[in-house]
Amino acid sequence: MAERIQISVDGRELAVEPGVSLAAALLNAGCDRFRVSVRGEGRGPICGMGVCMECRVTIDGVAHRRACLEPLRDGMQVRTR
Amino acid sequence: MNCDIAIVGAGPAGLAAATRAAEAGKHVHVLDEGFGPGGQIWRPSTVAEPTPLARRWRQRFERSGAVLHAGAAVFEASGAEGAWRVAAQQGGRRLDVEAARLILALGARERFLPFPGWTLPGVLGNGGAQALVKQGWLVAGKRAVVAGSGPLLLPVAATLAKAGAVVALVAEQAALPALARLGLRLARRPGKLLEALRYRRAFSSARYRTGWWVERAQGSERVESVTLTDGRRRETLPCDLLCVSYGLVPSLELPRALGTTLDAGVVDVDACQQSSVAGLFVAGETCGIAGLDVALLEGEIAGLAAAGRAIAPALRRARRAGRSFGAALERAFALRAELRRPPPADTVVCRCEDVLAGELDPAWSVRQAKLYTRVGMGACQGRICGAALSCLYGWEADAVRSPLKPVSLATLLSPLVED
Repeated sequence: MAERIQISVDGRELAVEPGVSLAAALLNAGCDRFRVSVRGEGRGPICGMGVCMECRVTIDGVAHRRACLEPLRDGMQVRTR
Repeated sequence: MNCDIAIVGAGPAGLAAATRAAEAGKHVHVLDEGFGPGGQIWRPSTVAEPTPLARRWRQRFERSGAVLHAGAAVFEASGAEGAWRVAAQQGGRRLDVEAARLILALGARERFLPFPGWTLPGVLGNGGAQALVKQGWLVAGKRAVVAGSGPLLLPVAATLAKAGAVVALVAEQAALPALARLGLRLARRPGKLLEALRYRRAFSSARYRTGWWVERAQGSERVESVTLTDGRRRETLPCDLLCVSYGLVPSLELPRALGTTLDAGVVDVDACQQSSVAGLFVAGETCGIAGLDVALLEGEIAGLAAAGRAIAPALRRARRAGRSFGAALERAFALRAELRRPPPADTVVCRCEDVLAGELDPAWSVRQAKLYTRVGMGACQGRICGAALSCLYGWEADAVRSPLKPVSLATLLSPLVED
């Protein structure tokens, strides 16, 4: 079995299967609220292909990274809003 | 970075174009925003093997000598025949490619129509659900409703069922008579008919209803149920996952930014896939929604033409036939009148800026709507709400300006990547 990848999401450590996108990993971990909209609604991905911008999270301190376009990297620090 | 032909998009059309052009001896560079080649339909999947066709093209592309830049989001293009410049953000850095000829194979995205509750987590597009499952999202045991319109509903329901989701219902808004006419046409294309039947078998335990559409989704923190209607009756079903989208629309930002003319809302190209701008070729869904076969054919034609090679009449004939079938599909799944009415006033229309339907005055122009409410001016730059604004209010997209994708100041200012 392939080595699992360690990432942290909002301070919580997660071990994830390699080969999945960050968006899929977050959804699988029960996180379906990736960002908060202008009116305060929790939002998650709808298009899966980098168009809708709803899956934006902060990765390693850089904001507005689309989770559906991010391959997993060991040690990634992810913050949702 | 200098080459003969630059290609934006590594889906089927882009791969076919790159392969043909590289096999003809040209130096070809391909840029794609995704992790790797395949676009959407050939996206590598954690739950399924590539089809034989996908595998053959992928191998042929890899042997061709064309260079792929993955994870490269093109945010700007400029120039003219003989001197095109394409700028992309790759990782945190800027990537510039110069080419004598440019091919755009940008594919399509889903058409979303807003309804009450569509912003709840757990509500997404059909293609979106498919893409996320392919990216590794586990949906086993989830209760799913697949709704909206178009041929895409079948493979999505099949993918969800094979991944262990319980597909409770597949609801197609098109009425049965329109689909029956399409069925007659499918009889002339037994391959397509078999494909449809195979998908249907994969989710055979689910009901497939025509003439029904989503009215609203309900839930507190995420979707918990969906109410569908046929215009007379209503039915509410519990669900954990609601996939709703209404066909596909081509991605036109880059062609419009480069000044190509459009015909009936798609890029106008000649028999060699050349647009109204000399040295700029466009292939696949960007020229009109017509599916995989046409994307491959048009990619091949564009690649050959850009490389200065002759196009075999058989390719041209196949493309014409494919386009004709694609047009028939679009007609069969045309949106009914009920879906063209604005949703209730408190429904979010623009998700990026949270603009509600009640804030939009149908009497405005699109420019007024943007200035007064910021609709279409948020992060997605109207890519999601644009199709809805067109459908519901008749507002067509306003002027296009670079950067076409989000890009950091550092990328805009960074030195060019040396060859």
